[in-house]
Amino acid sequence: MKERVKAPVEEIRQKFPYVEVDEQQTVIVPADKLLELMQGLKNEFALDFLTNETAVDYPEESKFELIYNLNSICHGYTMMVKTSVDRDNPEIPSVFPIWGGANWQEREIYDLMGIVFTGHPNLKRILLDDKFDGHPLRKDFQWESVRE
Amino acid sequence: MLKTQEYCLNFGPQHPATHGVFQVILTLDGEKIVKAEPVCGYLHRGIEKLAEARTYTQVIPYTDRMDYLAAMLQNLGYVQAVEKLMGIEVPERAEYLRIISGELSRLTSHVLGTGVYALDIGGFTGFLLCFREREKMMDLLEELTGSRMTLSYARIGGVADDAPEGWLEKVDRLMDEMPGYIEEYNGLITGNEIFQARTKFVGELTPETAVNYSLSGPVLRASGVNYDLRKNMPYGIYDRFDFEVPLGTNGDCFDRFYCRVREMEQSVRIIKQAIEQIKEVDGPVMGKVPKVLKPPKGEVYHEIESSKGIIGYYVASDGSNKPYRVHVRRPSFVNLGYLDEMVRGVLIADLVAILGSIDIVLGEVDC
Repeated sequence: MKERVKAPVEEIRQKFPYVEVDEQQTVIVPADKLLELMQGLKNEFALDFLTNETAVDYPEESKFELIYNLNSICHGYTMMVKTSVDRDNPEIPSVFPIWGGANWQEREIYDLMGIVFTGHPNLKRILLDDKFDGHPLRKDFQWESVRE
Repeated sequence: MLKTQEYCLNFGPQHPATHGVFQVILTLDGEKIVKAEPVCGYLHRGIEKLAEARTYTQVIPYTDRMDYLAAMLQNLGYVQAVEKLMGIEVPERAEYLRIISGELSRLTSHVLGTGVYALDIGGFTGFLLCFREREKMMDLLEELTGSRMTLSYARIGGVADDAPEGWLEKVDRLMDEMPGYIEEYNGLITGNEIFQARTKFVGELTPETAVNYSLSGPVLRASGVNYDLRKNMPYGIYDRFDFEVPLGTNGDCFDRFYCRVREMEQSVRIIKQAIEQIKEVDGPVMGKVPKVLKPPKGEVYHEIESSKGIIGYYVASDGSNKPYRVHVRRPSFVNLGYLDEMVRGVLIADLVAILGSIDIVLGEVDC
């Protein structure tokens, strides 16, 4: 399979010195600099399409990892941005003001993973019932089983 | 003294025009929509959570149950993601069979989308007409995979089985007939005056909004944004085929509908070329894959162009035989995120036209 064109991560690292880049060309950013970086990526690197946003639970390291996949429609490249939040106080600024596409995706993460996105205009459960207790995609979620 | 007041109307969850179980709580001022609150989740099965308790191979049948109208494309996204994670090579012949069955899946989905949209607008004959061809394609898919809708044909490292004898010729024959059928749809549905009056300049989307809201598939391309992953970031062997990406100009309901019709023509073209090329390719349909799949620790995000838009799979591995996390970026789900703002200020009758033109499938929205 052909590899996709990757975004110019070297340039991004020079522009935003607080980011780290791992061997898979993923950009890792501290949570408090997230909005600044995202705004810069959209304005200066033409990453105008937020294709995917999701979260992963790592209870051993006591953190949630947030994953943002960005595409550039005019340049045709793609990149992954990661950040992490504390598992006991999962709060992160919403990227909805930058990309409207985060609207339902952040609601889904809030619903299933329990991460609060500050600044999201309508943050409430989307797939599960409003009265549902807990967040099922967390690793410590106990599922009731009807079968033994 | 006369006064007006807003009132609330439930559209769904059990309403034929929602294409499944989907609810929109409408606030109306007369016949005008003031606010629309989509409520989904009636079909939520927790596929992402279930996947964490299955082995990598066992996840494949779950992907069918999301967009059950184009199951092969859902399979393909997942297996390609795992292949990328493990660095598995896929044999040539399997790649061609994936293209043929995938495009056939896209055709069944688009044929149904076209027919059901005609039904939404009120044309029952068009609906039945489209089912005629869909039946033929589903028979072909059944012959190949043993199942009509939940195909589970793709495997990690290849496909389940080679095509039965004479199958490729049958597909080729149907593809020869398809342009004539598409002509019939155009005569009966696209060219219909009432249909055009109901869909043209309704629910217009600017390219900027479409990109900002991460809309994808025919919904994005109808606004004139040339973004089809088969062309822009070719996966598999899509770079070997000659095809065009149909674009709209106004971004209204009619353009979204007509984009699908023209995409059918392109799918036919791709299948014809693939059948021509596969004749030269012989060999196995499964690559070298270990019996127990244990991808190295790491993560991957892979996306392909499904019939509804971009479907992306995020797979994280912790080195065991079960995925640590699987997340699916479902096109229908993301495309619906803009529905609320899109229907504000339109007439209630147009809500059905707009919702139908997004072409959602609720199994995918709710996952």
